Formats: sequence, structure tokens, C-alpha cells
Amino acid sequence: METESNIVAETAERIFADLADAQAINADHAGGWKAPLWQALTESGLPLSWVAEDFGGAGASLADGFAVLNAAGRAALPAPLAETMLAGWLLAQAGIASLDGAMTVVPAHPKDRIVLGHDGCLSGGARGVPFGHEAKHIAVLAHGDKGAVVALVDAAACRIDEGTSLGGDALDVVSFDAVVPLQTASAPRGFDQTALMLMGCVVRSLQIAGSLETLLAISVAYANQRVAFEKKIGQFQAVQHNLAKLAGETSAALAAATSAADAICSAASFDDAVFLEAAAAKIRCAEAAEKGAAIAHQVHGAIGFTEEHILHRYSLRALGWRDDFGSESHWAVELGRLVAGRGADDLWPLVASR
Amino acid sequence: MTAALRFDPIRLPPVCEQLRQEVRAFLAEEIAAGTFDPHKPQREDNDAPEFSRRVGERGWLGMTWPKKYGGHERTFLERYVVTEEMRVANAPTRRFFVADRQSGPVLLKYAPEHIKMDILPRICRGELCFAIGMSEPNSGSDLFAAKTKATKTDGGYLINGAKIWTTSAHIADYMIAIFRTSPSTKENRRHGLTQFLVNMKSPGIKVNPIAQITGQREFNEVVFTDAFVPDDHVLGEIDGAWKQATSELAYERSGPERFLETYYVLTELVRALGPEPDTRGAEGIGRLVAQLHTMRRMSVSVAGMLQAGKEPVVEASIVKDIGTVWEQQLPHRVRELAAFVDAEDSNHATLDELTAFATKLAPKLTIQGGTTEVLRGIIARGLGLR
Repeated sequence: METESNIVAETAERIFADLADAQAINADHAGGWKAPLWQALTESGLPLSWVAEDFGGAGASLADGFAVLNAAGRAALPAPLAETMLAGWLLAQAGIASLDGAMTVVPAHPKDRIVLGHDGCLSGGARGVPFGHEAKHIAVLAHGDKGAVVALVDAAACRIDEGTSLGGDALDVVSFDAVVPLQTASAPRGFDQTALMLMGCVVRSLQIAGSLETLLAISVAYANQRVAFEKKIGQFQAVQHNLAKLAGETSAALAAATSAADAICSAASFDDAVFLEAAAAKIRCAEAAEKGAAIAHQVHGAIGFTEEHILHRYSLRALGWRDDFGSESHWAVELGRLVAGRGADDLWPLVASR
Repeated sequence: MTAALRFDPIRLPPVCEQLRQEVRAFLAEEIAAGTFDPHKPQREDNDAPEFSRRVGERGWLGMTWPKKYGGHERTFLERYVVTEEMRVANAPTRRFFVADRQSGPVLLKYAPEHIKMDILPRICRGELCFAIGMSEPNSGSDLFAAKTKATKTDGGYLINGAKIWTTSAHIADYMIAIFRTSPSTKENRRHGLTQFLVNMKSPGIKVNPIAQITGQREFNEVVFTDAFVPDDHVLGEIDGAWKQATSELAYERSGPERFLETYYVLTELVRALGPEPDTRGAEGIGRLVAQLHTMRRMSVSVAGMLQAGKEPVVEASIVKDIGTVWEQQLPHRVRELAAFVDAEDSNHATLDELTAFATKLAPKLTIQGGTTEVLRGIIARGLGLR
């Protein structure tokens, strides 16, 4: 998402270029890049972009934050920036101030359920929590007696079973066994788990779109450089048409994701319109990730299948992000039910309203 | 890469929504009056001259053109709304669609003033039907292989040769065509073609119908035998049509007609699966709606960029590539998803009939107005691969 003059996104891009270079990270197996990167991000206020200044955040607009996340996707950023931003945003919904350090958000799947009991304790489990064990705090959306409750939890109070995502980032199971939260507050009226999932969908869609932008750029660059059969492979029509299709998938992902982000920026609540935009973005971006990653790998040939080459940093993250906050299959079923329930003659008015 | 792809999240302004309601009300009146059946896409040779005039009366033709030529000086986004509502309603737009989208803008740019003053107001009133003379029996996608000749004579040119696959030539008042005025050169094989405005009622023009696999009859072969075209009907530069033919493509390639051509089967699928579809049906609808919504947002984005004076040529080609492939596959996806629908359901016959028609129509969608292969070549060039 390129906004004309987005200082926040430009700041983020500078940090990504300086401290999260894909080549450098790929070669640094000891993880020496992690601390300086996170420190620079923190100093710039980016992780708490969506937290008001009164609550210790940077108070950036939703739109600026979305632009940062699109850029993070272009960089295949292997740090919990999106997760911390989302956690800060969730806490802010209920008026809870964020604490310093990396955060993540729970649940990360539509069907996982955390319950806040009468005793004030949280119970339940969440699968596929991105950067779970790298987070100091967790923002939880729980089901309470009187509706949705937002809770701030010390990550050390939870049981965390470590796992990894397709792209190699932390992706963990977080279990709440009578966990006492640091703070709780009611979610605003109308804000529920679906709203959190839809926001997560838009975040992941922007990241997928960003990673596709880079997959396209490096694939075109490679095709213009690699010689086979005495020609640059980019001069073969079959390769050109594959790259044109990759450009199409990238465009679709970019259009769907930026449209959904724009919808959330201008919406008063998580209504049917936001549902359509966010669910459609996640579905279409996930489809684009599959088709786009396949083409990018095809163009690169064997070198793109090596650990040494940076291609996988983008392709595998794009594919992994498909699953977070509800897969495309989940949202397709939900969107299909919404459309069917409204009836055939209301489909076009719904589409045309956007 | 030359430049990053852009699809700004452009929204239609409020004036468009008011216009949309006006168009819907107008179409509802026309349907009630029996002008057309919204459940029957253009299956017959449904020329509707009176409907065309009434659309003109509403001010919905030449919407973006200057008022002095009968236009309305409205935005591309407003025109967009009228186009998509007509398309979704299966309105009989054949008589005016080409003139409004394509021929008018070419005349505005290249015709002499007196021709503009004569013809453009009549297009705006819905009185004129236009055809496009590009393909020939031995030149389709390879536009610059055209051989039909325009030979200089007193006061004009004599045309000899044939155009083919010419949509609506049998009802058209005018054709905008490219003819060969000089041979191509070694340096530039695109050189030597000139764009002309041809009055279809002039002598020496014979229109032969070509039946299509859908049962429609909108294609024609147009044979020219010493047909006379006056000097003032030359559009633009002699021998330089190649410079002109590509400039308007962004307008032509990214409109709602590039993904809504078979939309009706999706509506009928949703009707057939009912208010509580099973998981498979719901997922199928959800994916198709997500894809449709995405393409429309891409298409509106391109319209907005055009309105802002940008030239999103690559983006427009991408919209047509993705959009036409989607509308081509749609009847097949609908067929799969409807496979387990109870045949006793009330609209099953309609769904079957419409799906069959859309299936027969589908092959043409990725051929007309620039094949998928040509489009991908343009996109590849935009990416810096050529």
C-alpha cells in the first residue's frame, strides 16, 4: 500500500532496510539481528502505532499502521510487529494501556475459545498463536458472563508449547489453566471475537499482498538476469506469461487488502460491509499466495528451493499467513452463508455497495 | 521492474449512489413494460432501438463528453455505475454500447469539428449504432497484418477487402475501421494503417451474417467493393493508426463488462442453493463472491485512476486478464456447485438453461477485445520483461 506521503511507513521501511535485510537475516543463523531490530522498532514507536499517546503509544492512524504492515509484508519481517500492533489495538478497544515489549494476541483462530470464569481466572487454549513464546504479554479476547472481555496477561503465566510456522517464525499453542490476568475490561458493545478475527484478516492480507509484491519484483529481476538456452529466461513467452499471472495475483491481493483496510478505517463498526471486505480480502489473498508462490518458485528453478536463497522467506510466510485468524476456507463458508442468508437478489446490491 | 502496481482503494462518491438508484428505477420500469427480461441474457438478436433512445433521454450516453457535443460532462465513475447496473440487469445495450464506450471517444479525439458536431449528439441521443472494423480473415490478434486497402481517389478513398467478426455490423450505422493506406516498412511493421469513419449505408458494403455457437447472430463479415469514404472521414494521422489504436485501451479493458458477462449464473446458483446451503455450497459461494468483489474493487480503482488523469495501462490489462478468465470459468464452477441441488427446486430449469448458455458463451470472453495472450504480453512489457 503506497500512500503519497506516509512518514510512519517510510520510517518502518528504513528500519526494515537497515536491520531486517532478507539476505543478512537468512545468513545469520544465530539470530543476532533480532535484538537490534526490535530495539529500533521500539524506539520508533512502531509496535504501539495503534495505541493512543495517552496510553503510552504512538497514536498513529489506522491507515498509517496498515501501510506499515503492508511494508512489513514486503520485507517478510520475521518479528512480532503485526502481533504487537494488533494486541495494542485490542487492549485499546477496552481502554487498557499497553505495556512495553513484544505482545501477541489470543485467540488467533475463530473456533478457539478462552473463558473468563467467576473467579476471575482465564481458561482455555489457543492454537497457532504467532510469536507466542517471544511475547512478554498477551492480549486476550475472552468470553465472560456478560459478553466479550479484553484481558492483559503476563505470558509467563501461561503454558506455551512451542512450534514454528511454515516460514520458520514462532507459532505456538498457548494454554490458560486458571490464569489470573493483570487487568481486564469489558469489550465495547458489539465488539466480539469475529471483529478481532476480521481485523486479523486485514492485517494478514496486507502482509500477504506485500510479500507477493516482493516475490514479483525478485522473480522479474531473476528472469531478466538468468540465462538459459542462450537467452535471458524472461524473454521466453512461457515465462513472461507466468510472470504476468503473478502480477495479476499480486494486484488482486493488493487491491483486496488495501480495500479492506480502507473499509475498516472508515467504518463505524464491524458491520456486513466490513465483513465482506475483510473476509473477501483474506480469501482472495490466500488464493493469490498459493498461485503466486508457485509461479515465483517455478521462475527461480532449483536455486529458489535452497535455504540459502531468500525466496522462501517471502513464499513460505505468504503461505503460512493464510492460516492465521481463520483460513480462506473458514471465511468462504462464513461469507457464503451471509450471502445465502441475504438471498440471491441482494447479492449484487451488497457487492455494488462497496 | 518499471513501477509498482497500484490499486488505490477508490470509493464511488455519493453522487454515484443516487445515480445508481435512478438507473435501477429506470430498468425496473423497462422490465415492467416488457422491454427485456432480466433473466434472459442477450440470447436473441435483441436489438432495442427504442430502449437506446430512452437511455439517451436520461442522459446516460456520452456521459463524460463535452456538453457542446451533446455530452453531459460527468465523471468516469458515474458512467461506471450506469454500465454495471445495465450489465447486471441484462439490459439490451447492444445498439449503443460500442458507440458510447469506444467510438465516441475516438471521434472526440480525431474527427474534424463538423463531423463531431454531426455525429456525437446523435450517439448521445441513442440514435446511432457503431461497429469496430479491426479483424480480417487473415489478421486477428495480429492487428497490423491488416490488408483491406484504402486507395486514394478524388475527394476520398476507395475501400476494397473484408473485415470479419464484426459485432453488430448488420445493424450499425457507422464503423470505425483501420485500412491499409501504405505498405508496412522494414523499420516499422505497424506503419501504413489509417483509421477511418465509414458510413455503413454507403454503396459497396455487403454484410454477411456469421452464426455463433451460442445461437446468437451478432458477428458478421463485412465486404468492401470500391466503397467510397470521403477525405474528412479520415481519423487522425495517415499511416499512423498504430499510434492511436493503443491509447484508449485502458478505458476499454478495465470496465465492469470485463467480469460481469456471465454474472447471472452466480445469482441463480445462490437462489438454487437456498438460504441455508451446506458447507460445500457455502464455501463455493463465498470464494466466488470474494473473487467478484476483488475484481470489482480493482476495476473501480482503475476507473478512479483514469478519472484522476493517470494512465494505468498495465493495471487495466490485468483487470481484463483476471476478469475475463473468471467470467469464463464461472459457469463451470456454478455447474460443480449445483451438482447436488434437488432438481425439483423451482429455479433449477432456469439455472440449467443459463449455465448452458454461459458455457457456450465462455470461450469468446478471453478472445474479444485483446486475447489473454496479447494481454499477458502487454503486462510482461509493463513489468520490464520485453
